[in-house]
Amino acid sequence: MAGFVIRRALGAVLLLVVTSMVTFAIFFVVPRLAGQTVDQLAAQYVGKDPSQAEIEATKVKLGLDQPITVQYGRFVKGIVAGREYSFGPSTEYCPPPCFGYSFKTQRPVWPDLVDRMEVTASLAFGASVLWLLAGVSIGVLSALRKGSFFDRAAMITALAGVSLPIFFTGLLSLALFLPTGVSYVSITDDPLAWAKNLLLPWITLAFLYAALYARLTRAGMLETMGEDYIRTARAKGLPERIVVTRHALRATLTPILTVFGLDIGLLLGGAVLTESTFSLPGIGRYAIDAINNNDLPQVLGVTMLAAFFIVVANLIVDLLYAVADPRVRLS
Amino acid sequence: MTAPFLQVKDLQVSFPTDDGLVRSVNDVSFGVARGETLGIVGESGSGKSVTSLAIMGLLKGAKRSGEIWLDGISLLDASSEEVRKLRGRKMAMIFQDPLSAMHPFYSVGQQIIEAYRIHHRVTKAVARKHAIDMLNRVGIPRPDKRVDDYPHQFSGGMRQRAMIAMALSCDPELLIADEPTTALDVTVQAQILDLIRDLQRDFNTAVILITHDLGVVSELSDNILVMYAGRAAEYASAEDLFTAPEHPYTWGLLGSMPRLDAEPTDRLLQIKGTPPSMINVPAGCAFHPRCPYADLASRTLVPPLTEVAPGHRVACHIPVEERRRIWQHDIRPAVEGGR
Ligand SMILES: Nc1ncnc2c1ncn2[C@@H]1O[C@H](COP(=O)(O)OP(=O)(O)OP(=O)(O)O)[C@@H](O)[C@H]1O
Ligand code: SF4
Ligand SMILES: [Mg+2]
Repeated sequence: MAGFVIRRALGAVLLLVVTSMVTFAIFFVVPRLAGQTVDQLAAQYVGKDPSQAEIEATKVKLGLDQPITVQYGRFVKGIVAGREYSFGPSTEYCPPPCFGYSFKTQRPVWPDLVDRMEVTASLAFGASVLWLLAGVSIGVLSALRKGSFFDRAAMITALAGVSLPIFFTGLLSLALFLPTGVSYVSITDDPLAWAKNLLLPWITLAFLYAALYARLTRAGMLETMGEDYIRTARAKGLPERIVVTRHALRATLTPILTVFGLDIGLLLGGAVLTESTFSLPGIGRYAIDAINNNDLPQVLGVTMLAAFFIVVANLIVDLLYAVADPRVRLS
Repeated sequence: MTAPFLQVKDLQVSFPTDDGLVRSVNDVSFGVARGETLGIVGESGSGKSVTSLAIMGLLKGAKRSGEIWLDGISLLDASSEEVRKLRGRKMAMIFQDPLSAMHPFYSVGQQIIEAYRIHHRVTKAVARKHAIDMLNRVGIPRPDKRVDDYPHQFSGGMRQRAMIAMALSCDPELLIADEPTTALDVTVQAQILDLIRDLQRDFNTAVILITHDLGVVSELSDNILVMYAGRAAEYASAEDLFTAPEHPYTWGLLGSMPRLDAEPTDRLLQIKGTPPSMINVPAGCAFHPRCPYADLASRTLVPPLTEVAPGHRVACHIPVEERRRIWQHDIRPAVEGGR
């Protein structure tokens, strides 16, 4: 098991390195390959209508005049150890993880991202609790009562849930229940107001995922309930309740938890649609704004953050899977 | 005479499907006493598993009729909760593929402990000790270590032993073994069969041993039921079935048992063609498309199962004298010549 954990952790680190290379390449190498001059590239990091002097200064500041390998080395160093930028005579230290300074705010990207993180994390975790509970229980009940009225009603609702876009369900629910809109209150300031404001976004986001999870759970349960070991469990004289929970659900939930981990990882990188619909100042909104403002350091920071969450979620899921399934752990 | 421990009378099992009613078991009757073994033999689809699952009450969406008596309890009249309490404690079952029949996420020990603790109010520690005892009893080396292993860490034969340990953990009085050795290689097969026989002696269990191989049941069984397309073709003591079989299908099964020489089996003995689909069962005697002795009656009338000697029943239209003549003159020399 220890070997397994170490192998997977190393794999995750490697994946992060590759991610950083790809991100670096997208931002600094691909544009050059596509024919941009160093000046044009540097101009993008200055803001609107840069002067030639600004461009020259930025080239030096970002090290765009250096060889690619040196640039990448500084990029990585900035993320893990921080780096110094020189503004003419003065230098400024950008603490790790450093993704540079926003053009717009002139502030380092990372602290802003951390601020936004609380909103996105609140949204993701609240919604995920709702959708996991609702999706799995509806899926199990549907599978156990396959073909019943409940099953059909649940599956039709689920179909609606997966096909209706968030901005539709979100705006509809806002119009119906909270025409004044939501405003984020930090959980540390006022937990009650925090929950009250997030309730509608949670439900909207959870509706989509619950629909997905209900279908997944239903399909998984139907398959598992036909397995030989379920027949064995019944042959032992186990009450049906235990057959369903300890035997069938246990086997069904394991792959679903994998999907769950990845979904959370994905959401932590920004629930773009939900955050936009409800005007929540989370990572997703930050990303949209960054792209609209052409604020490349911000875009780069969000990209790396989202990639980080996905890689970490993958790692956690892998480890959890090994805990849940002895065939993985012991092979 | 008292009724045997397990008594099945005129059992019928049918499944409503999209293609119509599938009558998987028709008018099957047999009895098994404590300490006795009944072998049920037949090709794939003949209704062996459905019969045993019908006894265990493990069929979903099936219609059962007839009578099943287990130690004086009518299983078809008992509530599902009553039957559940009998499962595992009074009647237990082992299955063909022990890998898929055991839960992949729980250790072998956990699964035996669970089986034991449903029916006995004991602590986990006591149940664990019992599980180790059972593993020891079925011949698993170092049971105190292996008890924590998972099914996939066992070899096929060891897994089936563990399955047997689980089934016998509550000391059931009826054990149904549905093709317990089909998934195993030949030497392991023999070991498992020996184990079942030894345990049966120790526990005085009534055993139903299901297989499609007459050779497997020949040594272990007291009585043998040969099934074809959901019906009893022949039902006799093992001795009668091997020395005086009267059904052409049984002859075919005897002829297709492994032979010592490599000579091709006599044409009369080979069972041609494939088992019928249960959705389109041939009219009359279901065996007639494959039977060398089929006549007009075979094609139109279902032959009744009639007693030809005490405890020996056969369902075939050929007159008894004629059947015995065919066996003596044509079949027996061919079957025995091959050994
Ligand atoms: N749930 C079900 N629904 C419909 N038909 C079924 C069902 N279960 C079994 N049958 C049918 O009943 C017939 C008997 O099946 P059964 O499993 O008893 O055969 P078997 O003798 O055990 O064969 P095998 O040697 O392959 O195990 C088959 O034709 C099968 O298709
Ligand atoms: S009844 Fe006819 S078809 Fe059936 S086994 Fe006897 S001879 Fe063959
Ligand atoms: Mg079978």
